[in-house]
Amino acid sequence: MRPEPHLIDYAIILLYFVFVLGIGFVLKKYMKTSTDFFLSGRSIPAWIAGLAFLSANLGAQEVIGMGASGAKYGISTSHFYWIGAVPAMLFVGIFMMPFYYGSRARSVPEYLKLRFDEKTRGFNAISFAVMTVFSSGVSMYAMGKLLQLLLGWNFTAAILISALIVLAYTFLGGLTSAIYNEVLQFFLIVMGFIPLVYLGLRDVGGWDGLKARIANDAMVHSWKYMGHASANPMGVEWFGMLMGLAFVLSFGYWCTDFLVVQRAMAADSMTAARRTPVIAAFPKMAFPFLVILPGMIAGVATSPNLHGAVAQENAVAGSATQSSFFTGGKGIIPPKYDAAGKPVTADGNVVLDYDLATPMMLVRYFPSGLLGLGLCALIASFMSGMAGNTTAFNTVWTYDIYQSYINKTASDQHYLWMGRASTIFGLGISLMAAFVAKEFNNILDVLQLVFAFVNAPLFATFMLGMFWKRSTGHGAFWGLLGGTVAAATHYGLTLPAGAVAGVKGGYLGPILHVYPSEMAQNFWTAIFAWVGCFTLTIVISLLTAPRPEEELKGLVYSLTAKPEESGIEWYQKPATLAMIVLVLLLGLNLVFW
Amino acid sequence: MGFDIRMPIGMLFMLFGILLIAYGAATQGNAMYAEHSLGVNMNLWWGIALLCFGVVMLALTRMRRKQGPARTTGKQREPERPATRH
Repeated sequence: MRPEPHLIDYAIILLYFVFVLGIGFVLKKYMKTSTDFFLSGRSIPAWIAGLAFLSANLGAQEVIGMGASGAKYGISTSHFYWIGAVPAMLFVGIFMMPFYYGSRARSVPEYLKLRFDEKTRGFNAISFAVMTVFSSGVSMYAMGKLLQLLLGWNFTAAILISALIVLAYTFLGGLTSAIYNEVLQFFLIVMGFIPLVYLGLRDVGGWDGLKARIANDAMVHSWKYMGHASANPMGVEWFGMLMGLAFVLSFGYWCTDFLVVQRAMAADSMTAARRTPVIAAFPKMAFPFLVILPGMIAGVATSPNLHGAVAQENAVAGSATQSSFFTGGKGIIPPKYDAAGKPVTADGNVVLDYDLATPMMLVRYFPSGLLGLGLCALIASFMSGMAGNTTAFNTVWTYDIYQSYINKTASDQHYLWMGRASTIFGLGISLMAAFVAKEFNNILDVLQLVFAFVNAPLFATFMLGMFWKRSTGHGAFWGLLGGTVAAATHYGLTLPAGAVAGVKGGYLGPILHVYPSEMAQNFWTAIFAWVGCFTLTIVISLLTAPRPEEELKGLVYSLTAKPEESGIEWYQKPATLAMIVLVLLLGLNLVFW
Repeated sequence: MGFDIRMPIGMLFMLFGILLIAYGAATQGNAMYAEHSLGVNMNLWWGIALLCFGVVMLALTRMRRKQGPARTTGKQREPERPATRH
């Protein structure tokens, strides 16, 4: 059932690699100072920074993961975009970039040092550095596993080659190289997936045909069934969704994660920096159609002849049982197979390999030639995620860990050298993490859990830092720590329905609550973490001495002049663009209600 | 900084377009189109789309270049805020 890529497919992928490396080589001579290397000399135009902002986040885990979620939950997955990303992107652009950009901080942890103190910076820098380098490793592992499963490519070779290419272009051209390649990858993903959505929709009879085949109303509405957790496939109700995903998790990521914020910090002016996330919001709103729809279609698609194997009977529209191309599968989604080649079952039901939804769509609908483009888009999305993590890591390492704690007084050229060196060892650590993940799957889960605990309270700290001048360093540090502990505690005392205590939660002993789904548990863990951090930061700040107000100018809302917006066209004003996005967002939510 | 990113994007997509158009034309009527892309020669059609996209990108590059190098190198347009401390 494996697709056989032809020469044309390899040619397309090779051509892409050549260009990606070429961009890195050409940019090398512009990397003269550490600001050039880590922040692109703050000279990137808004549209480029905006597309890079979006693309750095668009790792293949998002492309594959959203396809998987689309197959599992339907169009409600769009909440991750329309609720769980766009509002936060608008907020960080309009309200937070003035402080990130205006403070001249060279990284997010550095902002924390300027605003709070060294220990808050240290906590954020170290946790972020570890997280980002391991995330990169997890991404590599996911890509290697996929290419091995889908095409039979050697796992080690696949990740080594892609890691070496990312290493080469980030080593040579720094952040600019990463940003330029991210823009390239954005267009590649768009141009690679549009034909997939076109063919898939045409095959099932458009949106109406898709609705008829899925025959489950809750999969084709995003809000209608959010009243009760039991009414929708996700197992979440609207409040948990809004507070957990839309607010805590989404703002926590888009507003504080240096991987994306770095791209806005590289913009060529304050207005450009504020516009960057807003510009990114426009394509972000359209992405559900590119990445979620293929997943939904995969669950009901059929195939006349999947690479020489004999086809099964087609599904009858509207019938309760979906037949599948794979025995025990659903549509063209195969089940998970164990080592003996038999489908894995849980509670008598076959466990489906939803992560294969989108890749199987590529294999089903793309002839050789276009298949090369589709594979190239997938590989590009993995690499853009890896590059984003790498450039974020080398900056935080060099400025926030090395320069702050190890070697404070070296020359700029030395830090530039350290930036290059840390690119190498950062990718090296990521590679090791990828191999460890291959051997010990559970370690992956544990790691991602820890990262979730650390991330959840972050936004409370930044919010209080930027908008409340009374918050102090002690408050921020203990609030962060407290919020992380609150997350770990809440998770340890709850379980999702049907799960066993362990990685899924409940490891502290007594189970105080059972959530209808893992997602609900995650959202509520985030809410508890945020509330914990928020209250603790306020309480401890009120008990500790604040900094004199002159020191906080430019770092806090009430002590900073409003950004100048004269001399630019109406369509260049960040607030105006944000309004347009909000209107479109409302429209999209209503259409798919 | 450096060079206009639209140039390599334009070039790459033009090359992709040409490759797919050539391959599509050479494999016209091949069984794989019936098996995969619902009988449509997607290589040919999407190749044309990619080529057009590449051409548009390159055209934009040329337009920008006519407007002057300042736009492509993106120099800081606003006065720097005084650095408070590092």
